[in-house]
Amino acid sequence: MGLVIAFWILAVVGTLAALGVVLLRNVFRAALALVLCFLAVAGIYITLSADFLAAVQVLIYVGAISVLIILAIMLTREVPQGSPTNKLRIPAFIIAILFLVVVAFAIFQTSWQVAGIPPQEPTTSALAFRLFGEGGFILPLEIAPIILLAAILGAIVLVREK
Amino acid sequence: MTVGLEHYLILSTVLFSIGLYGALAKRNAIVILMSIELMLNAVNIAMVAFSRYIVPLLLTGQVFAIFIMVVAAAEAAVGLAIIMTIYRGRETIDVTQINLMKW
Repeated sequence: MGLVIAFWILAVVGTLAALGVVLLRNVFRAALALVLCFLAVAGIYITLSADFLAAVQVLIYVGAISVLIILAIMLTREVPQGSPTNKLRIPAFIIAILFLVVVAFAIFQTSWQVAGIPPQEPTTSALAFRLFGEGGFILPLEIAPIILLAAILGAIVLVREK
Repeated sequence: MTVGLEHYLILSTVLFSIGLYGALAKRNAIVILMSIELMLNAVNIAMVAFSRYIVPLLLTGQVFAIFIMVVAAAEAAVGLAIIMTIYRGRETIDVTQINLMKW
């Protein structure tokens, strides 16, 4: 029962915060709404008993990416102009609603084969075994740092003073 | 009443639609990037929900969610660096004005 209440509170908070991201006039407030949405998603992970992912979500999204976004907002000085929409506002709204309706229809039409067993808890050691263990994801795991290194080098080269 | 897989999938779809609208309809490049982050988070919720309800012992969805987070962090860093470079050169981050590569 507590799980149900937690899910609904987090779902409502997350959806409202996401709406705030796209609807608020002030870019800075939109970024703060994005932080709230990230926190709600971390809570959703906890209700899905993904404890490690919830911690990673708080560390990476709430801690790092939001700071990066707020820093970029500060540095570009576009806050007085707000967050206006372009002339594709109505078609974009129609496309988003169409996507929502089609995917919701597909979700309700599919008969999901839900496994009736309780989830694994805690997930950290099991996740480490999946990533590093036999028959796991060791190759993608080794590629991920290369992507991060390339991103770091690219970002440094792009913003470096000439 | 219990919360099932469909609840999480619908929540994920709603968040993805909001992000899609923001990415298509906004003019500020940083807000577009924020909407893309929103969409990546929505996909992560769907991944973890599938992992929790369909294959609870394999955790494959959570592994994919970790890789999506890696790519999202790289994308945010490079994307914001590109926005900073454009702002330095053109004094604007309005994507309707950045038409350098428009034919």
